[in-house]
Amino acid sequence: MSDAATIGGVTSVAEKVAACSIGGAGERAEIVRVEGLRKHFDDVRAVGDVDLTLHAGEIAALLGPSGCGKTTLLRLVAGFERPDAGTVEVAGNLVASAEGFTPPERRSVAMVFQDYALFPHMTVEQNVGYALGRRPDRERVAKVMRLVGLDGLGDRRPDELSGGQQQRVALARALAPTPSVVLLDEPFSGLDASMREQVRGEVREILRAAGVAAILVTHDQEEALSFADTVAVMNAGQIEQFGTPEEIYGRPANHWVASFLGEIDVLPGKASGGRATCLLGEAAVDGSLEGPVDVLIRPESISTSQDGGGQDGIVVERVYFGHDQLVTLELEGGVRVHSRNLGFPACHPGDRLKVSLTGPVTALPSPPAQA
Amino acid sequence: MEAGVQAASQQARADRGAGLSGTLVASLVVAVVCAVPVVYLFAVILDEPSLAWEIIWRADTLQLFLRSFALALAVGATATAIAVPLAWLTSRSDLPWRRGWTVLSVLPLVIPSYIGAYLFVSALGPRGELQSLLGVDKIPSIYGFAGAWIVLSLFTFPLVLLPVRAAMKRLDPNLEDAASGMGRSQAEIARTVILPQLIPAIGAGALLVSLYALADFGAVSILRFDSFTRVIYQSYRGSFDRTGAAALAGVLVVVMLILLLVESRVRRSRSYHRVGPGSIRPTRTVALGRWRLPALAFCALVTLFSVLLPVGMLIYWSAQSVAGATNWQQVITAAANSILLATLTAALAALCALPVAWLGARAPGRFSRVVDTLTTTGYALPGIVVALAIVFVGIRLVPFLYQTLPMTVIAMVIVCLPLAITATRAAVLQLPPRLEEAARGSGRSPLGVLATIGIPLTRAGILAGAALVFVAAIKELPIVVLLSPIEFSTLPLVIWQESTRAFFESGAIPALVLLLVTAPGVWLLVGRER
Repeated sequence: MSDAATIGGVTSVAEKVAACSIGGAGERAEIVRVEGLRKHFDDVRAVGDVDLTLHAGEIAALLGPSGCGKTTLLRLVAGFERPDAGTVEVAGNLVASAEGFTPPERRSVAMVFQDYALFPHMTVEQNVGYALGRRPDRERVAKVMRLVGLDGLGDRRPDELSGGQQQRVALARALAPTPSVVLLDEPFSGLDASMREQVRGEVREILRAAGVAAILVTHDQEEALSFADTVAVMNAGQIEQFGTPEEIYGRPANHWVASFLGEIDVLPGKASGGRATCLLGEAAVDGSLEGPVDVLIRPESISTSQDGGGQDGIVVERVYFGHDQLVTLELEGGVRVHSRNLGFPACHPGDRLKVSLTGPVTALPSPPAQA
Repeated sequence: MEAGVQAASQQARADRGAGLSGTLVASLVVAVVCAVPVVYLFAVILDEPSLAWEIIWRADTLQLFLRSFALALAVGATATAIAVPLAWLTSRSDLPWRRGWTVLSVLPLVIPSYIGAYLFVSALGPRGELQSLLGVDKIPSIYGFAGAWIVLSLFTFPLVLLPVRAAMKRLDPNLEDAASGMGRSQAEIARTVILPQLIPAIGAGALLVSLYALADFGAVSILRFDSFTRVIYQSYRGSFDRTGAAALAGVLVVVMLILLLVESRVRRSRSYHRVGPGSIRPTRTVALGRWRLPALAFCALVTLFSVLLPVGMLIYWSAQSVAGATNWQQVITAAANSILLATLTAALAALCALPVAWLGARAPGRFSRVVDTLTTTGYALPGIVVALAIVFVGIRLVPFLYQTLPMTVIAMVIVCLPLAITATRAAVLQLPPRLEEAARGSGRSPLGVLATIGIPLTRAGILAGAALVFVAAIKELPIVVLLSPIEFSTLPLVIWQESTRAFFESGAIPALVLLLVTAPGVWLLVGRER
């Protein structure tokens, strides 16, 4: 069954892209299948009736605020928790159900912990070889060490390594026994911001090279969007939306997902025949919508100009980030919207600009009763 | 957010999965074995309830009760009277050679009370040194209440001194400054600000010493004071009066349990926490001025009686013994037996402590609290009572084990186990549970994880616990008095037998050997205060 993990390694880029879209993933092997999973801690619902499927070679992210149950879900898959209800399948084997429970050591899953959990009394090589049994295959250890770029560091102790190197030891230890799926529990949060992006890229490459499926738990939207093929947005123990990064960012399923993934403006509008009109103009939306809607607009979809077309707006605030700036504009009637654009031309509070809709938007039915 | 924190802490509890059930079963077995003797003691009492009832309500028993209580009170008060001034002098005054006095004032604790009693009797008792120095036929008897009172006070006052000194060091000088800024005199400040902060520490220490006096067997039996423990022993040995001994032991158990409950209350309410930010400035030292000499004299006197005289006597008698006819064969046999017994006890205790410590660290809750309480019974109750209870179990339930080495070792473990559990649990708490999970996730079974991750990473704590058990076991007296196999002599047994028979010379070398073996360990346990 460990072969399931390596199948992904020989797939083409095109197939990977196919795996990213949920619809096209039908023919790929299912590595993890979670159905109706539920877990309570005393009275607190940590995970409530969650379904989730992960295919070979796919990297998924569980994204949500702290306490949303994403780590519990991961630990249920790993076998560190017993579900109250529901089933978990790993590589076609039922590992948790009402009938039985397979302990973590017999699940073909590997976990990379937030604090890495490297064994301090073992060398790097012993750490990596640990999962291979009492007499680890040295060749396999060497191969995995090469894969993660740890050549020559085998005799070191974990405390002699940098944070990024420790991260890679943890990854190598997880990959050594060719698990069906690697579970990563906020693995980048221990790194300082300057290194995080680089390590993230490296880890992603290593996972790709190993061709192994992975689930990443994170509360960082940017991390989820840039790292994963698919993202499950979790809130209060449930999955609010599951889709590609583009889908969950660009076409959020509800107001909560929309605002959790970043700045978004909500303007009242009217939909008809696949188009919606709002204060800023007209845009294409889901054709099934008719009547009053909320038009959700990301700041990137709103442009400003000195003398182009569009609504009149007054700059009330501007936050400068270097590579871009976020401008808060007040339109007629006191409505405020946000525009994100390149850091130039600089604008200042009080500037009068033309505001127009230049990117995609999402429309959701207006909430029936607004309190 | 709050739900998340709560969920995380519950997660930490629910975590352990399959490994936990083994731990549960193992710790339950350990706990039951620890608790059986004391429970069985009451079963013995209930064998002949009317007889037991009659013994308990005899006038003798009331007197015995009052006598033992008087001793406990006297020792508690005297130890406090010695310890509090000494603590103040060594922590807050400009007493000369303060560091030296600090060390000397804790040193009496390394001398087991029965060795202290032996040395005291050998110096001041009939046929003792003082008598031969004076060349008189008869000197006032030091046996009985006076002797027990003096000896127990002299060798237990550090138990008050240590917490009181620690509390004095914690005092915040800002509070005193604030009080004097409000126009209070030094005496008023001492009464209204300083003393209230010390009362919990003094109370806890005094109570601990009183409990010690009530539970002590070695010193009172050598000094022939009929306190509970000695009478229990005599009524068992003298007449093999099982019900009588059991009934008296039952009374003592009830008294001790009540006092232990009070003690844990006092201890829990013990510390007044400093309110407000900032770290504590070091306390100021008070200039003694013309009180310097009296203060020095006090320290010297305490040290003379609690350290110098006993050690001097020990060396004197050892020299006498070596010059005369030391029974080396006896000493070597006893030392070898003691080391064997203590080593086996330490090993078994370390093993038994593992599941209990793991449970307490990884799955704290009602169940682990019950297990903890049960495993503490043997440690908390008087040694002679536990020994007697185990004798009953031995005679009636497992006669094939009675007076065998395995039985003695098990009894020792019951009495010493909490030392190993505490040390091991502290080590387990330092071990991040994620490491064990990572190992489980790497395909190892719970036992495999214990062998490759758990034990290697907690080895220091396990060994420390085993060392503490070794030290406690090698000097444990009541267990070997009542339970050791016939002809199996150990160092404490030799010391005790020779000194109850007033053969002072013969006890010297065993006592010296025992002190040399145990002193470093006891010192590490209690004397690390800097």
